[in-house]
Amino acid sequence: MLGKLSLSALPLDIPIQMGAVLFMVLVGAAILAAITYKRKWKWLWKEWLTTVDHKKIGVMYILVAFVMLLRGGVDALMMRSQLALSYGSNYGYLPPNHYDQVFSAHGVIMIFFMAMPFLIGLINIAVPLQIGSRDVAFPFLNSISFWLFVVGAVLVNLSLVFGEFAKTGWVAYPPLSELRYSPGVGVDYYIWSLEIAGAGTLLTGINFLVTIIKMRAPGMTLMKMPVFTWTALCTNVLIIGAFPILTVALALLALDRYLGMHFFTNSLGGNAMMYVNLFWAWGHPEVYILILPAFGVFSEVLATFSGKRLFGYTSMIYATLAITVLSFLVWLHHFFTMGSGANVNAFFGIATMIIAIPTGVKIFNWLFTIYRGRLKFTSAVMWTLGFLVTFTIGGMTGVMMAIPAADFLLHNSLFLVAHFHTVIIGGVVFGVFAGLTYWFPKIFGFKLDEKFGKRAFWCWFIGFYLAFIPLYILGFMGMTRRLNHYDNPAWHPLLLIAAAGAGVIALGVLFQIIQVYVSVRKRHENRDLTGDPWDGRTLEWSVASPPPFYNFAEIPVVKDRDAYWEMKHNGAAQHKPSEYHKIHLPKNTGAGVIIGAFSLILGFALIWHIWWMAIVGLLGVIVTLIARTFNYDADYYVPAEEVKRIEDGHSQAMAGGVGHGR
Amino acid sequence: MLSVGVVVLLSGCSSLTVLNPKGQVGADERNLILTAGALMLIVVIPVIVMTFLFAWKFRESNKKAKYSPEWAHSKKIEAVVWIVPGVIVLALAILAWTTSHSLDPFKPLAAKAKPIKIEVVSLDWKWLFIYPDQHIATVNQITFPTNVPVDFYLTSGSVMNAFFIPQLGSQIYTMAGMETQLHLIANKAGTYDGISANFSGRGFSGMTFAAIATSEMQFNDWVDKIKQSPKKLDLYGYDELAEPSQNNPVEYFSSVKPHLFDAIIDRYSSERMSSTSME
Repeated sequence: MLGKLSLSALPLDIPIQMGAVLFMVLVGAAILAAITYKRKWKWLWKEWLTTVDHKKIGVMYILVAFVMLLRGGVDALMMRSQLALSYGSNYGYLPPNHYDQVFSAHGVIMIFFMAMPFLIGLINIAVPLQIGSRDVAFPFLNSISFWLFVVGAVLVNLSLVFGEFAKTGWVAYPPLSELRYSPGVGVDYYIWSLEIAGAGTLLTGINFLVTIIKMRAPGMTLMKMPVFTWTALCTNVLIIGAFPILTVALALLALDRYLGMHFFTNSLGGNAMMYVNLFWAWGHPEVYILILPAFGVFSEVLATFSGKRLFGYTSMIYATLAITVLSFLVWLHHFFTMGSGANVNAFFGIATMIIAIPTGVKIFNWLFTIYRGRLKFTSAVMWTLGFLVTFTIGGMTGVMMAIPAADFLLHNSLFLVAHFHTVIIGGVVFGVFAGLTYWFPKIFGFKLDEKFGKRAFWCWFIGFYLAFIPLYILGFMGMTRRLNHYDNPAWHPLLLIAAAGAGVIALGVLFQIIQVYVSVRKRHENRDLTGDPWDGRTLEWSVASPPPFYNFAEIPVVKDRDAYWEMKHNGAAQHKPSEYHKIHLPKNTGAGVIIGAFSLILGFALIWHIWWMAIVGLLGVIVTLIARTFNYDADYYVPAEEVKRIEDGHSQAMAGGVGHGR
Repeated sequence: MLSVGVVVLLSGCSSLTVLNPKGQVGADERNLILTAGALMLIVVIPVIVMTFLFAWKFRESNKKAKYSPEWAHSKKIEAVVWIVPGVIVLALAILAWTTSHSLDPFKPLAAKAKPIKIEVVSLDWKWLFIYPDQHIATVNQITFPTNVPVDFYLTSGSVMNAFFIPQLGSQIYTMAGMETQLHLIANKAGTYDGISANFSGRGFSGMTFAAIATSEMQFNDWVDKIKQSPKKLDLYGYDELAEPSQNNPVEYFSSVKPHLFDAIIDRYSSERMSSTSME
C-alpha cells in the first residue's frame, strides 16, 4: 500500500536531522497559523498562488530561492564545521552516512534551487518591462514553471523528513548512484526533484525565448535590446539546448534503478562514462545559464550608476553570443582524468580557454563603462566591483585547470572547489544580489536600506576570501574534495580559517535579512514615487514603482538603445497619452498550483514506489491540463477608464507625493 | 586575508605537497601551473588595479574627473581588449596542446631503466596492487625503486575512483570493465601519500595508501618479505577482499592467480556480456 515507505523512514536515530525536521514543522505551522489568524488565505490564493503576472511570479521565485539559500547555507556551515573538527582522533559530529547527504544536498540546492530560480526570478521581473511588454508570451505556462520548481524544492526538503537524500555528490555519477551501490531512496529523491524542476526550467526557457523574440516594443530591434535582456535570451537558448540532456540522462538512470536496465551499470554493456558525458553536456552550459544573466545585471548596474552608456555594446553582445556557442563545446574538461587521450583533452582544453577571450572583453568593457563616468557607490555597485575582482581571480584559476596536464594535479581537489565557488559566489551570487538591490524599488516601490546592504556586502566579500583562499592552498596541499576526515596536521589551521570565513558569510546573510526588515519598516522614507529611483536607462524605469499590473498603459515606441534615457533627454518621457485604450490580459488561474500539487504527489509516490499514488498524481496532472484547455474564460479586458484612473494616480503621486496611501 | 598568509608561512612550503613534487611528471606539471599562472597575471593584475583605480577616480564626488556620458565606443580600446586576451590564450593554447601530449598519462616515460609494472584495482574502500612480474600483491601499499618508471595499469572492481599520488604527478580514473594507464617516476626516495581523488562512498576518506620510493636493493628486500607472507590471492580470495571494508590495513599476498587483473576487467567488460554478471 505504501511501497517502500514505513515508520523506519523517519530519521529518529539522527538527532541533528530530527532537529531540522522539528524546526521545519514549527516554522511551517507558525506561518500557516499566522495566515489563518490574519485571514489572509483568500488574499494569498487570489493575489499570489494563482497569479500569472510575471512580476509576482518573479517575486515568488526569489522568495523561495532565498529560503533555499538559507537551507543550502546551513549545509555549508555543517560541512565546514565538520572539517574543522574531524581531524586526527576526532571524527567530528557528522558520520559519512549523514555528511555525504549534506554535501550532495548543498550542491543540488545551491545550483538548482537557489542560483537558477533567483536568476529566473530576476528575468521574470525585469525582462518583460525592459522590452516594453505587458506580460510574457505564455503567462499560464509561467505559473506551471514556477510550481514545478517549487515541487522540486519541496521534494529535496522532504528527504529530510522521510528517508534520506543522495549520498553520491551533486553529480550522482553511476555506478555509485546505481541501485547496487545506492540502494536507498536518496538517489530517487535526486532524480525526481530534478526531473520535475527541470521540466519547469525548460518551459521557462521556451517561454522567455518566445517572449523576447516576439513581444518587444515596436522599434526595439535586437541590437537595441537592453543587455540584461540579451543575456536572458542567451540563457534561455542554453536552457532549451541543455536541459533536455539532463532530463534524458536522469531518465536513463531512473530506468536502470526502477526497471533493471543497464545504461550506466558496470555490467551487461552498461557504461557509466556515458552518464558523465551527458551530465556535463548539460552541466557546462548550465554554468553559463547561471553566469550570463549575472553579466547582464552588472552591465545594467554599471551603466546606470556611472550615468553613462555601456561601453562597447556591440562587443558585449558578440562576446555573449560567442560564450553561448562555445559553452556546448567544453564539457569534457570536467573529466580530463578519464583518459580520453591527448588530442581529445587538448581540444576541450583549448575550447575552454577560448571562452576566456570574450569573458575578458566583457570585463574590460565594464571597466571602460566606469571610465569617464560618475560612479555612485551604492550597494549594487559594491557587489559589482566585488564581482570584477573576484571573478577575474576565478577566471584565472579556471583557465589553469583548462590545461589538461595541470588539471591532472588539480582535478577534484579543494583547488577546484575554491575555483567554482569563486566564479559562482563572486559571479552569480554577487550578481543576483546586485540585481535584487537594483530592481527592488521597481517591484516594491521602496529602496532597500543601503547601510545594511553594504554591511552584508562586506561580510560576504571578506567572508568569501576567508573561506576560499584556504581551500586554494589546501588544493596545493593535496587535499581532495568530499573528505569526511583527515589526519594531516598541516590542513587543520586552514580548515579552521575556512570555517570562520563561512561564519562571516553567514553574518552577511543575517545582515541581508535585517536589511529587508529595516527597509520594510522605513519604507516611507525610501519610497520611490517617480518610478525611476536610479536615473535609469531602460524601459522598466519609465513606469511607476511598483508597475501597474498591465505594465504599460501605452506600449512605448523605441528609437534608441538606452530607450528611456533617450526619452528623458528628448522630452518624450513627459509625454502623456491623450486617451487610454482597454488592455487585454490573462486571468489568474489555479491550474498551475493544482498541477504542482499533483506533480508533488507523483514525485513522492515514484520515490517510494507507491504505484497507485503515482497513477493518481499523473492522472491529476493530465486531467487538470485538459480541463484547463476547456476553460474559455481565461482572459479579460481592463477598461480604458480604469487604466486612466491608475495612470492619473501615478502622475499625481509623482507631482505631489499623494501616493502614500498605497 | 593576512591571517591566511601567515598560516601559509607558518606551515611552511613543504606542506604544499603538490608544489613540491618528487618526480619528473609532477615537476613538469607544477612548472606548467606556475607558467600558466604567470602568463595570466599579465591580464589579471591590471584588471584588478584598474577596477580600484577607475572606480576611485570616477567616483561621483570627484567633479574634476572627465565625464563623457555618451562616450561608449573606441575602436582602439576594443581592439586591445580583444587582442590582448587573445594573444595570451594563444600562448596558453600552445602550452596546453604540447603538454597534453608530452604529459599524456598513457604515454610511457623515456628512461633507461626497465619499468616496474603495477596493476591497480580500486575496491570498496581500499586499493589492490598486483605486481605481475613479481607475482605478488598488496593492499594499500606500493613500493618501487627511485628513478625507475612505474607503469600503472588501472581498473575498478566497484565504483569509479581516481588513483592519485599528489607528489608524483597525474591522477587517473579507475573504471570497472575498462583499463586506464598511468606512468610515473619518483626521483627522490620517500613515503608519499596516495589517495582516491574521486568520491566513492562512505569509506572514501579512509581509502588511502602509501607509495614508498626506495633503492633497488630495498625494493628487492620488500618483494622478498612479501613472498614470505602466508596469504595467497586467488579468485575466491579476491571476492572476499572485494567485500566493502573501511580503513583497511596493509595486506601482503605472496602469490597471485595469473591474469587476475584481466579477469577483473573481463567481469565488467562491455565486450563480454556475461550472464554471470556481478550486478
